[in-house]
Amino acid sequence: MRKHSVKSAAMVGAALLVLAACGSNKDEAGGNNGGSCDTSKGTLTVGVVAPLSGNLSALGLGIKQSAELAVDEANKKCTVKGYKLTVSAQDDEANPAKGAQAATKLSTDPNVVGVVGTLNSSVAQTVQPILRDKKIPQVSPANTNPSLTRGNDFLTAPKRQFDNYFRVCTTDDLQGPYAANYLVEKAGKKKIAIITDGKTYGEGLAAELSKQVTKKGGQIVGSEKVGEKDTDFSGVISKIKALAPEAVYYGGEYPVAGPLSKQMASAGLNVPLMGGDGIYDGKFIELGGKEGDLATSVGAPTESLATAKAFVEAYKAKFGKEDYAAYGAFSYDAANAIIGGLAKTVDGGAWDESKRDAMLTNVGAYSGSGATGEVKFDQYGDSTNKVLTVYSVTSGKWKDVQTGEFTG
Amino acid sequence: MSVLLQQLANGVVQGALIALIALGYTMVYGIIQLINFAHGEVFMVASYGGLATFTLLPGDLQKTPAVALPLMFVGGILVAVVVALVMERFAYRPLRNAPRLAPLITALGVSVFLQEAVRVWYPNATSNLPYPKVFPDGNLSLGPVNVPWTGVLLVVLSVGLSIVLQTYINKSRMGRAMRATAQDPDTAKLMGVNPDRVIVLTFIFGAVLAGVAGVMFGGYLSNINIDMGFQNGIFAFTAAVLGGVGSIRGAVIGAFIIGLIKTLAGQYMPGGTQYDYVWIFVVLILVLVFRPQGLFGEPERVRA
Repeated sequence: MRKHSVKSAAMVGAALLVLAACGSNKDEAGGNNGGSCDTSKGTLTVGVVAPLSGNLSALGLGIKQSAELAVDEANKKCTVKGYKLTVSAQDDEANPAKGAQAATKLSTDPNVVGVVGTLNSSVAQTVQPILRDKKIPQVSPANTNPSLTRGNDFLTAPKRQFDNYFRVCTTDDLQGPYAANYLVEKAGKKKIAIITDGKTYGEGLAAELSKQVTKKGGQIVGSEKVGEKDTDFSGVISKIKALAPEAVYYGGEYPVAGPLSKQMASAGLNVPLMGGDGIYDGKFIELGGKEGDLATSVGAPTESLATAKAFVEAYKAKFGKEDYAAYGAFSYDAANAIIGGLAKTVDGGAWDESKRDAMLTNVGAYSGSGATGEVKFDQYGDSTNKVLTVYSVTSGKWKDVQTGEFTG
Repeated sequence: MSVLLQQLANGVVQGALIALIALGYTMVYGIIQLINFAHGEVFMVASYGGLATFTLLPGDLQKTPAVALPLMFVGGILVAVVVALVMERFAYRPLRNAPRLAPLITALGVSVFLQEAVRVWYPNATSNLPYPKVFPDGNLSLGPVNVPWTGVLLVVLSVGLSIVLQTYINKSRMGRAMRATAQDPDTAKLMGVNPDRVIVLTFIFGAVLAGVAGVMFGGYLSNINIDMGFQNGIFAFTAAVLGGVGSIRGAVIGAFIIGLIKTLAGQYMPGGTQYDYVWIFVVLILVLVFRPQGLFGEPERVRA
């Protein structure tokens, strides 16, 4: 009987995994009606794929609402003649499999003209091919992994991967080295320990950082991995602490980084924790990020950009709060790139399936002045805007300490 | 050497947490042969219960740890007990005489239900929530070894409560009834033991321990999320199987073994912390190959 129960326990284990893999796909519709414009030709949809639930939902919500804002404004300004635009936001729960479901759902809708998303590079990997097959342009506000546009040999032999994929933020082959330069040269931290969560984004970012740290005369004293759902990091921290690092670089996102920083301090490892755009959120500090912790993020600080002011004000007027998070301004620009491309494609005519090729070309050729500065794409689909900013936790808030471009 | 000692200490603290949850698995299994997969979620719900209690306190009491902390424990334990009782009454009792797979699948359903219920109804539970700072701060330093006071408290509570539980079950009248029901429910009934009362009490004990674990988890790691029940529930279930399902001593020792394997394997085995889970299950498989009943499990009993 006991053997039997072990067997059934194994079955239950398998069932648990299946259950964990399924789950529900939430979907929300947004976007407002278009005032007094001519919308006689119907409705076209801008898709959004982002984590709307789960640990990263603070970032995902900012992406979704900023895209809604862009669509709203376009409707008010009658940017796309004859059509009303709506947003269809799909939850990817920061999970590649869920992202694929969301992308499939959007791609089977003939009215979807473009997709803003995703947040996670790992999710982008499954979404890209699905949207490519339907020639739907995807503009990411937040994917920073360089291989998404330029392939695995992005430094030596870059090659365009997906002709439907664009992004308005810069990439980790610049972000990692930019962080390394700051750590080694500005902050004077020569011995760096690395912790990653094993996902596409964190691994790629940490690898780029390591190369530059070594190049600048610093030293990577150790490298460890933690699970995305881990909560007790005492083992990792003790191991790293024995190597006496002067700073810890974490490749991953704030749900792990915040508690990790706090547990480092309570274990007596009082060195700054640094991360990339994935930890640049107020939640990081709330969850345990401490004074002196550092983060790089893409673009210049939203509050400081003249071009961003209008966005911030409009966002506040529409949603009442400033919760656009790290990628709001980027998402706004991404949505506008799609809307701009669409306006040019439709140009007073009617939208149909045959226009999809022209739509891709027009999004690729889009150029405008957005909330993050100049929005334009290069031959790989990457943003021409390469600005990065280092932030530091000061008096319980992220404060920008250095903005610029990576110059080697 | 100092690293080894520190990792041993880390492992003991992790083991203490797992032990508190594992006791709930093993006791319920001992009485009604049900692997209560929702038990991890009882632990999770208790943690949110403790947090809610704190949030509901008036401002000046929030700043008085001597009052706030015990109240959080009471709140967390209360929520855990209520959830466990409702679960037992409406999900498991109607299935008591059904084939064994039915309550097992029901337990899975309850587990998913609880997790989603907290996600949907608890404010902002879609992402990690920070736990209030009412716990004693700072570390216990013994030479090179640093353990946060919350970790020390966790170990003391875990070991203390399991000794109390073991003594209660071995010495008290009700404990004897529990053992009798575990051995043979029908005969126990003929001898005047009320099986419903015994089962309800078992669920209450498990929930109290999970409640303590839930609030301590928040205090020790300073934030909580809705996945914590699943993750730690799997560890606790593994600990119960490793020690021998049904055995109190086995569950506690199994939990400490798992905590130690996790930290030591992360430090010394190839692959480091990336593969620490692997070693836990390697040990589990080895134990089950040579001792299918687990380390302290009794060999199969013959039932009348």
